[in-house]
Parts: sequence; structure tokens; C-alpha cells
Amino acid sequence: MATNTQIPVADRRVPVIAPGHSFSTIGEKISNIVLSRPVSLGWILGFLIVFSAMNILMMALGYLFIKGTGIWGINIPIGWGFAIVNFVWWIGIGHAGTLISAILCLLRQTWRNSINRFAEAMTLFAVSCAGIFPLAHTGRPWLAYWLFPYPNTMNYWPNFRSPLVWDVFAVSTYFTISLVFWFVGLIPDLASLRDRAESPLVQRIYGLLAMGWRGSARHWHRYETAYLLLAGLATPLVLSVHTVVSFDFAVGIVPGWHTTIFPPYFVAGAIYSGFAMVLCLAIPIRAIYGLQDFITMRHLENAAKVMLATGLIVGYGYGMEAFMGWYSGSQFDSFLLWNRLHGPYRLSYMALLACNILIPQVLWLKKFRVSTGWLWLVSFVVLVGMWLERFIIVVVSLSRDFLTSSFGMYYPTKWDWMTFAGTIGMFLTAMWLFVRILPMISIFELRTLLPESQVHEAAEVKQ
Amino acid sequence: MTITRPANDSPIYDSPIYGLMAEFDSAQELVAAAHKTHEAGYRKIDAYSPFPIEGLAEAIGFHKNNVALIVLIGGLIGGISAYALQYWVAAITYPVNIGGRPFHSWPSFIIVTFELTILFAGLSAAIGMIALNGLPMPYHPVFNVPEFAKASENKFFLIVFSSDPNYDAIRTRSFLAGLAPRMVAEVPS
Repeated sequence: MATNTQIPVADRRVPVIAPGHSFSTIGEKISNIVLSRPVSLGWILGFLIVFSAMNILMMALGYLFIKGTGIWGINIPIGWGFAIVNFVWWIGIGHAGTLISAILCLLRQTWRNSINRFAEAMTLFAVSCAGIFPLAHTGRPWLAYWLFPYPNTMNYWPNFRSPLVWDVFAVSTYFTISLVFWFVGLIPDLASLRDRAESPLVQRIYGLLAMGWRGSARHWHRYETAYLLLAGLATPLVLSVHTVVSFDFAVGIVPGWHTTIFPPYFVAGAIYSGFAMVLCLAIPIRAIYGLQDFITMRHLENAAKVMLATGLIVGYGYGMEAFMGWYSGSQFDSFLLWNRLHGPYRLSYMALLACNILIPQVLWLKKFRVSTGWLWLVSFVVLVGMWLERFIIVVVSLSRDFLTSSFGMYYPTKWDWMTFAGTIGMFLTAMWLFVRILPMISIFELRTLLPESQVHEAAEVKQ
Repeated sequence: MTITRPANDSPIYDSPIYGLMAEFDSAQELVAAAHKTHEAGYRKIDAYSPFPIEGLAEAIGFHKNNVALIVLIGGLIGGISAYALQYWVAAITYPVNIGGRPFHSWPSFIIVTFELTILFAGLSAAIGMIALNGLPMPYHPVFNVPEFAKASENKFFLIVFSSDPNYDAIRTRSFLAGLAPRMVAEVPS
């Protein structure tokens, strides 16, 4: 951190923290949202809505467990359907949280300190939503533990050559490490809440979670090492997770799936949709809770730029897919390209190109990057577009592959839609509770951004 | 500067002293005071701050921690055991011929090996850090000082433990008072 003491000239445009804040005002502003802000009618109404949406998921899953996956629109040839579309979409959204908390931490992008906490929470909730889909898609979710290697009376072991087994390991590791990273980041802030709380019960709850953290210099020393190492470990992990997800497709021989561009193109797409979700959440949250001092326009603009860049990588991916469809000379690959443009799902493909490639180009203009309304709208469009991308990849490729006799169509049923809408409800319910229960911005990391946290003398003593 | 101690009728007054604590207003003052205390020969000392301060651990004479070593060991255990498990399953105990691939098809084993390396290393980092810090520790004597509630807010504290060989109730107190703190308090254990 000693190297960060001088704020670079380029960073002086819009500050990461609005001027006039001190160690205590930061703590006060963030922890008061949790500790003393009254529960508003708007929060309760919103919670009722998102909680009802979550209960749609419970109904959809309950009926699924009674009847089986026949209630979904899946069929042969399209055996994956919404379950895998939504799985890939949700897990992709989670990636932005890890990118912000781990990769930007390693790159010393200190502006990430204001948004990493809730982006990590978003990761956890998104991965939880993602996990539901493959579990439900197994058809017998109560036997899902068979995917793990454990000694059993059936004398059976999983096939480690299967991408679906890789997926189990990648996603469960991702969830665990995200949770650990998030919790480690929370410990000092939980101690802060413990010390600020007035009610003994609240004190006790945060005290239990803070585990007796007291901010000792020795503890901080180990803490910083552990945090940095976790960031270093999470960085290759997050890149590997969507790579492994893309292997679910790329290892198969279906046209449109069997390409080497899939891993980088999936990772870029994941970060693209993840930043879109970060913006979709951050823009209303900062307005409602008055956090414009900590989540400044600079954060939103930076996120918009990341979105623009990853969107262009995704665009390159589409271009390469089209190019290879023509250049490979494979009739199946060129048919896939024709089928996307002219087949029964052409409208989805056109919408995809509009949402992911065309519309986000407005972010080149500063006017759109600094207008929260426009930015929110573009982010929402990107979320829709990235969902369509997974729909195109899963459904169009499976609906018409090698044999015309096995062509088919996929129509989602109301249960598909209910499950999808339900996971959005579950995600928002978790977010709704999170903003009122835990500090949504990292208090101690924000404090390290204040100039008075930097000790110049320490450097002099060493010399 | 004020010198506080528990009131005479306080039940903790008779308990042995855990150390002497000085409170400072800024990170810079704390680091300077920590340096001086260490230079004065005190070794059993600690400093508390609401956020990590560059150079503070070094100032109290704590230079190296073992978290990285634990992470390395954890990662190695995770990676080696993951690969060994897959080899044992796929080549020894449950060999299945899939498309004529060799039983020991190592490229397919890399992913699970990688994931479990990360999983074990990451868990080692978190659990190792928490365990080396001696947490969870619901009770600690420093919390007996009421002002210490600000240690997670905007105040900075330095403590000399009574177990330090140079500790002397009078001399240590006047030494700490000479560092221009906001206050010096006895910490009952």
C-alpha cells in the first residue's frame, strides 16, 4: 500500500470517495444503514414482491419434484433447454463479483473497494441460483450427491473424464471460495458493527460473527497476506469456472459448440453480463441509500467501460463463430450459421445481436456513461442479450444438428418460465436482506482510501 | 491527556493487570509510538487499528507470518490428493473404457486437480489466518477498556503487556505518557 500514497493525476477527475469524509463518517454512514435506519414501507413492499417471486420458484420446484422434468419444455433433441441456459446465465453474472474483488484487487484498482462487498454478495446469490438448475435437471436431485466421489455400497465412482463432473468441482469450489473470500472480507466490518451496535442482542450476533476480531497489528498482517493470497487464488479460479462451463459445450461435437474459442469467449461474456448486473443493482441502491459519496460516477463509468470492452470481446467471438462457419468448409457449421440467421430462432438471434453488440456501443459516448438512467437501461439490455446468447447456443445448436430426421423445436413451458422468474426472485430476496443485514460496502477498505490512513513516516524509517 | 483506571469499587480492580494501553488519534502517531516503544526495549507489545496500516506490524517487531506457508501446503495437499484420487478411481479401482482412451488419461484429470488445489489452498488461507490469529476468541482483556470500542472506528491503540520483562507499572506508564497519547489506561485481565 505504500506505493499507493500518491494519487495519480489521472485519478483526480472524479474522486473515489467524495471529499469531506473521515474514518468515522465512513463507518457511520455505512453501518447506520444496517443498525439504525428504520425499515421503510418501500423496503417491505419490495420485499413482499421479490419474496413472492421466490415462492414461485418453490412452487415450480415442488411440482417438478412430484412430476419430473416432463413438465419442462425439454425433449429429444433439445435435452438441455432452460435449465442449462439459466445455469450458464446465472453463473456468468456471478463472475463480475470475483473479478471486482480479486482481479481488480491484484491490479491495485482501489476504486473497487466501494463495490466489491455487494458484488461478492451478488456472486454468492447468483451462484446459488445457478446451482439449482443442474440439480433440478438431473431429474433426481435427491441423488445429486452421486456426483461426488465417495466410497459407496454401489461400488461406483464418477467418470473424471466427463465435463459434467468437472462442472461439479468447478462450481462447488467457486461457491466455497467466494463464500470464504466474502466472509474474510467481512470480519473487520462485523467487528465494527459489533462495536457500534447499541442493542445487546445485535451486539452479540455481530460479535459472534466477528469471532472476537480486535484489529491487532499481528492479525492485520496475517489478514492481509491471507486476503492477497485468496485474491490470487480466486483470479485463476474465476477464469477456470466459466472455462469449465464452456467445456460442457466445447467437448461435445455438436456444431456451434465444438470450438476452441469457447473458453475465452465464455469468460468475457460472463464478465460482460456480470458488470451489467452490478450496474443494474448499484444504480438503484446508491440512489435509495444515499451512497453517491462512495459509489461515485467514477465507479459507474469504469464499470461501463469494462462492459464495453468485454462486449467487444464477445462481439469478436460472434464474428469468429461466423467466420469459422464459412472458413471451415464444414457443411454443418455453415448450416448452423445459416440457421441462426434464417432459421426458426432468427428473431432471437437478431435480438441477441442488437442487445449485445449494437446497443451497448452507445457507451462510447460519455453522455451515456454518466447518465445513471441510460446506463441502467443499457445494462438491462445487456442482461437480456446475454441470456439470449445462452439460449441461442443451447437451443439453436441442439434443435438442428447433423440429421434432419432428428431436427426438433423447443418451446419453454410455464414451468420453465416460473423457475426462471423464481430464481430472479430468490436472487433479489437475498439482495434485499443483505443490504439491511450486512454492511454493503467494505468499511475498512474504504477507510484505507483516505489520505490520512497512509503512514509516510514508515517509509522514511525503513530508508 | 487523562489517566483512567477502574473505580476503586469496581470488581475488576483487584484482578491482575494485563497491560497498559495508550490511545492515539492517528495512524501516524500510532506507528511512531510503536517504533519508540520497540526501541525502548519492550517486546511484548501490540497495536490496534481500524484498518491495516503499512509498517505497523514491522514497528512492533512482527515481520513474518506463516500464512503463505500454510497456503502452499494446503494447495499441494489438495492438488496431489485430487490427482491421486482420480488416478486411483480411473486406472485402478473402477477402470471404464470410454472411447478407447487410456485409463490414465491425464489431460482430463487436470481440471479437478486444479480446482481442488484452489479449494484447499483457499480454505487453508482463511482457516490458517483465523487459527494463527487465535480466533474465535469471544473474550479478550483489551475489550475491558471502554475506549477500545473505538478501535474499530477511528482510534488507534498501543498496549504493553504486563508479561514483558521490562514491564513496570510506574515506569511503563510514564513512558507511555511521554508518547503524547490521548490517554493511558490499565487493562484488567
